[in-house]
Amino acid sequence: MATRSETLGMPRAGTGWLEGARSRPGALVVGGLVALVVVLVLGVGLGSVTIAPADTLAILAHRLLGLEVGGTWTPAAETIVMELRLPRVLSAMAVGLGLAVAGATYQGLLRNPLADPYVLGTASGAALGAAIGVILPIRIVLLEFGLVQILAFVGALLAVTAVYRFSRTGALAPLTSLLLTGYAVGSLLAAGLAMTMYLSGANLRQIFFYLLGGFEGSSWLQLGLTTPIILIATAAILVRARTLNGFLLGEEAAAHLGIDVRRERVILLGLASLITAAAVSISGLIGFVGLVVPHVVRLVVGPNARRVLPLSALIGASLLAAADLVARLAGGIPVGVVTAIIGAPFFLILLRRARTGYEL
Amino acid sequence: MTPQAIGHDAIPAPILELSGVEAAYRERVVLRGIDLAVAAGERVAVIGPNGAGKSSLLRVVAGTLRPRAGRVSLAGEPVERLDRMAIARRLAVVPQAVALPFAARVEEVVGLGRLPHEDPFRGQRPSDRAAVAAAIERVGIGGLLGRDARELSLGERQLVLLAMAVAQAAPVLALDEPTVHLDLRHQVDTMELLGDLNERDGTTILAVLHDLGLAAHFFPRLVLIADGRIVADGSPEDVLADDRIRDVFGVDPGFVHRPAGPGRSIVGGGAALLR
Repeated sequence: MATRSETLGMPRAGTGWLEGARSRPGALVVGGLVALVVVLVLGVGLGSVTIAPADTLAILAHRLLGLEVGGTWTPAAETIVMELRLPRVLSAMAVGLGLAVAGATYQGLLRNPLADPYVLGTASGAALGAAIGVILPIRIVLLEFGLVQILAFVGALLAVTAVYRFSRTGALAPLTSLLLTGYAVGSLLAAGLAMTMYLSGANLRQIFFYLLGGFEGSSWLQLGLTTPIILIATAAILVRARTLNGFLLGEEAAAHLGIDVRRERVILLGLASLITAAAVSISGLIGFVGLVVPHVVRLVVGPNARRVLPLSALIGASLLAAADLVARLAGGIPVGVVTAIIGAPFFLILLRRARTGYEL
Repeated sequence: MTPQAIGHDAIPAPILELSGVEAAYRERVVLRGIDLAVAAGERVAVIGPNGAGKSSLLRVVAGTLRPRAGRVSLAGEPVERLDRMAIARRLAVVPQAVALPFAARVEEVVGLGRLPHEDPFRGQRPSDRAAVAAAIERVGIGGLLGRDARELSLGERQLVLLAMAVAQAAPVLALDEPTVHLDLRHQVDTMELLGDLNERDGTTILAVLHDLGLAAHFFPRLVLIADGRIVADGSPEDVLADDRIRDVFGVDPGFVHRPAGPGRSIVGGGAALLR
């Protein structure tokens, strides 16, 4: 009850690190970048074969920056770093960045704290697409992407397009309609997924594995094809931070503040869904990052999208790469399990420390 | 009832003009045959019973409700040809209430009023921050700084939204029931602030009000709407005639009129108690 009376008291200034962090967003960005580099070096260095941090840094400096650094590492170490671990760590970072930005966008746009990147049917669309890819007796590989990944990407985009189309015909308010339509279409697709899994026979395990998400199959080519989609769409969302700020008080207030609500809604939904589809095609479904990271960031820096979006990107990237490292070190457990185990308690602690009540 | 000319010799070009406006939500017609011209620097209160179309009138003016027929122009340009940013720089709207999905501090909400002015990529400039500070000072909500706007009382929230619109610094200010949740002191303060914005800054004010006493006391021109039509437009004395109050509101005019000495025939509501 002590925290409750605290929230009612008038003096609000400065309790603890939350307040300090809020007044220095620049320091948070620097901290986020440092965390990103630390996670990168650890992620590349640690594993079944441990490569010393000095060697890891030397290999990265040599191969990525072209620096001539004195070092004595084995060619095997270089192969492990460059061909196996680096693409994997970078994939996790790209997906984490994308999911966090997409989550922040959906939450702001739908004005719903429970929204995550999968809320508008993208998850069930991707899952059904992937499952169909598994049971189809065709095996094609296009630029290192299997049928499963291609159909997951297509399924996610088709699902969100269908949700958007259906939501526009109803008499409900646009946002309510979108969320309810997302739920309805998602349920239908989930039924399709259940049916496909029932029919999949021996392939059930493969579908299940995809649904849990992971970065086992990461490669440079996959990374090179999906990362530009994620980064370009993220940049396009970042320059629309003003729109997301306008939506804070609702769509009508946004219109009064100069936002072209209908146009911006379509653009932001499209960009966030594109990011989600690209992320899903690399890694399968990974929960929690897109939901929690934007909330954590908002609790620290407030609701301004100009701060929330870039910081969510940095923290999402570090968090997912760290989670994948933990999953790898723990003997290959699904990374989605790790994100939930890391994310949920952290979220709960932040909720308790936040001075302002956080109503969901 | 023909709308009356304003009491100036030379009538300035209207900053806000509606002619023959008819508007509907789907099949339900909410405004019909609306002709209204408001000159720059005027102060107009829109009154009328619940469901008469007052808020719809504000929506039409703000361009968020497209009329089925008729024309609406803002500072000489048809509203439908202005983009949202251009409208927001000409017209600030104080909504009745809003819901915040996330925690937001009072100063952050007031800062949203600068969206039409700030740098689209970098955000607020020093001039924007100065405007926000000035608006907070002017509305007198300095004591609320740092608080989560969702924890405020309804009246405090209303003042925050008013400060946001003041920060928007548009030549026309439209308000939808700005005093419903306010106590007497703040009702009067808000009315005096509107008067000050009007007289000192030349802001044109269009306010939907329920309290006929406040409207009559603080506004030289009232527009009475009933059933989607303008039924009277003019000075408080003319608009709030006994038979009209009986017709439109269905109440005894004694509830509105209160003997208050010579020269002031209509003062009611809370304002009289504080004078």
